[in-house]
Amino acid sequence: MGGLDFTQVGKKDIVEAMRIHEYQAKRLLAGFGIPVPRGEVVSSPAEARAAAERLGGPVVLKAQIHAGGRGKAGGILKASDPAEAAAAAARLLGRPLITRQTGPEGRVVRRLLVEEALTVARELYAGVALSRDDERIVLLASPRGGVDIEVLATGEPDLVLKQLVSPAAGFRPFQAARAAFSLGLSGPAFASAAGLMTSLFRAFEATDASLMEINPLVLTDGGALFAADAKMEFDDNALPRHPDIRALLDPEEESPEELEAARAGLSFVRLDGDVGCMVNGAGLAMATMDLIALTGGRPANFLDIGGGVSEEAVAKAFAILSSDAAVRSALVNIFGGIVRCDLVAQGIVRAARERGVRIPVVTRMEGTNAELGREILAGSGLPFVSAADMEAAAREAVRLARRDRGAR
Amino acid sequence: MSVLVDAATRVVIQGMTGSEGTFHAQRMIEYGTGVRAGVTPGKGGARHLGLPVFDTVAEAVRGEGVDASVIFVPAAAAADAIMEAAEAGIGLIVCITEGIPTLDMVRVKAFLRETKSRLIGPNTPGVISPGRTKLGIMPGPIHKPGPIGVISRSGTLTYEAVDQLSRLGLGQSTALGIGGDPIVGLSFADLLEMFEKDGQTEAVVLIGEIGGSAEERAALLIRAGFRKPVVGYIAGLTAPPGRRMGHAGAIMSPGHGTAVRKIELLEAAGVRIVRNPAEIGRTVASVLSGRA
Repeated sequence: MGGLDFTQVGKKDIVEAMRIHEYQAKRLLAGFGIPVPRGEVVSSPAEARAAAERLGGPVVLKAQIHAGGRGKAGGILKASDPAEAAAAAARLLGRPLITRQTGPEGRVVRRLLVEEALTVARELYAGVALSRDDERIVLLASPRGGVDIEVLATGEPDLVLKQLVSPAAGFRPFQAARAAFSLGLSGPAFASAAGLMTSLFRAFEATDASLMEINPLVLTDGGALFAADAKMEFDDNALPRHPDIRALLDPEEESPEELEAARAGLSFVRLDGDVGCMVNGAGLAMATMDLIALTGGRPANFLDIGGGVSEEAVAKAFAILSSDAAVRSALVNIFGGIVRCDLVAQGIVRAARERGVRIPVVTRMEGTNAELGREILAGSGLPFVSAADMEAAAREAVRLARRDRGAR
Repeated sequence: MSVLVDAATRVVIQGMTGSEGTFHAQRMIEYGTGVRAGVTPGKGGARHLGLPVFDTVAEAVRGEGVDASVIFVPAAAAADAIMEAAEAGIGLIVCITEGIPTLDMVRVKAFLRETKSRLIGPNTPGVISPGRTKLGIMPGPIHKPGPIGVISRSGTLTYEAVDQLSRLGLGQSTALGIGGDPIVGLSFADLLEMFEKDGQTEAVVLIGEIGGSAEERAALLIRAGFRKPVVGYIAGLTAPPGRRMGHAGAIMSPGHGTAVRKIELLEAAGVRIVRNPAEIGRTVASVLSGRA
């Protein structure tokens, strides 16, 4: 492949990604020998004051939430002494911070990173990502840090150096040197930048990351380099071999329903419509959502029960759907392959008997043991509506949601 | 004819003695697939499902002349299983396993470039040439032999499309999933070239989804002069930006990899795009009758 399409390594187009907080990312970088500002994590104004005293001099207080755009949203404050640090902490802690990435409800700030303030001479950028088009790891460097790298890569691509890493030869010293030169550095700063690039690549590979960004990478007035901010995402598929990374997951940053679904092996994403759906397979689940929209409805969620699903997990999936107050009808679309329709039917019947059925449920079953699944649903005595194909099922579910909306 | 596999394909199953391997090996044998052997390290010399089990793929190649492999090995060991098969000279490797770490696949792809092996997947339902052979986990009975090639990034959505086709009497030359992961073996573009050369295939159904650029590359190839009609469906028009939808591959990125962009590019290349996923079969029927 010739050029790297930069959007392919952008922040969002990343393999199954687990995110961590800035303070966790910086600890991880420090473990690989990358210089980070001295700092402490605090969760009260008193702790912030004490941290500022220990650090000495002016400090920066940074809200620790899993979302970008904190600076513009007022989530990063400066304090010139410990009293100001305590006051700033009191303003930030315990309140939702609303940034361009959090949605209107924002995220409650539970922790702050209190750091020594750096005297910034220049802001640079260093990153490592996976380029799925090139099927290789790519190293990124830019002398123009502090801005959104995707914007920079689109507007001024010449200012972003991209180097693909050979899976056989690994990251080479010449590549580290090229990256450091591209940052416009010389002397000791050049040498430490080259070392930093190598360390960043090592950290990426050692942790099965999908993205590691240092933005900005700060060159201080004294000529030293520091990772002033760090962002990391990890490949979910690799987490089983990195229990230390998995332990960094902050459940407070995840939606409770999505966590509950994930524990049952389901993949669930809440949307803003009122037709709930439960499907086996991500592609069919997206097609079902599209069909709901096409027939005049709005999908309430994405829910893929996956391949090796148990009856318990199906019951859990059904419970998640029917306990959502926004859901006015549910559509179950199963094309049995590995998943047997009879097992899905049993799980649904079980959940419906245990919790009752608050909403109309339209079911469509095809493939492995479909006949048996339909019989179980029909013989349950519960008011399930059976549909012959997925379009009929979608139309009926949309009609029932609309009727319910009209009735209220 | 069909692409990649036919009745003469001699198959080894890596991980055949495990529960998934056993279950699906039985289904494949029932379908008529030429399963000749299994491989499970440490169980060499045993027999399973009436077939010999070898310690290594190389021994299965020597002992049974196998030329294709289906992998049911757990995710942590699956990358290694692919490379072992390639090293042993297996021509076609079908990796069913889901959840292989992405950096493992970076290494696998580099390794495969030095061999002649072709990889389908991982995270694929496999490949089937109806009435001849099936290397995978798809339900056999919904398929019928016929003139339509089906390629997809999904599993159950492929079954849906195949079912629609079969019910309309439109059988399939070969149907396969390229895999739902960010890094996979054969691409849409690779398979389109094979379907173009295949005498049995009269039209191709391409089922894509949001994320990545496999569909964009397919559009380039089709635009450059693909000679058979292509009907396309892209899942994920209603998927919200910035959220992953279960598949590692199905992720939105701003302005790129979106369903809208893929649809525009494929349409510009002459692909007949279906917006309603329930209309895939009927659209193929109308495209074929319009041509006749």
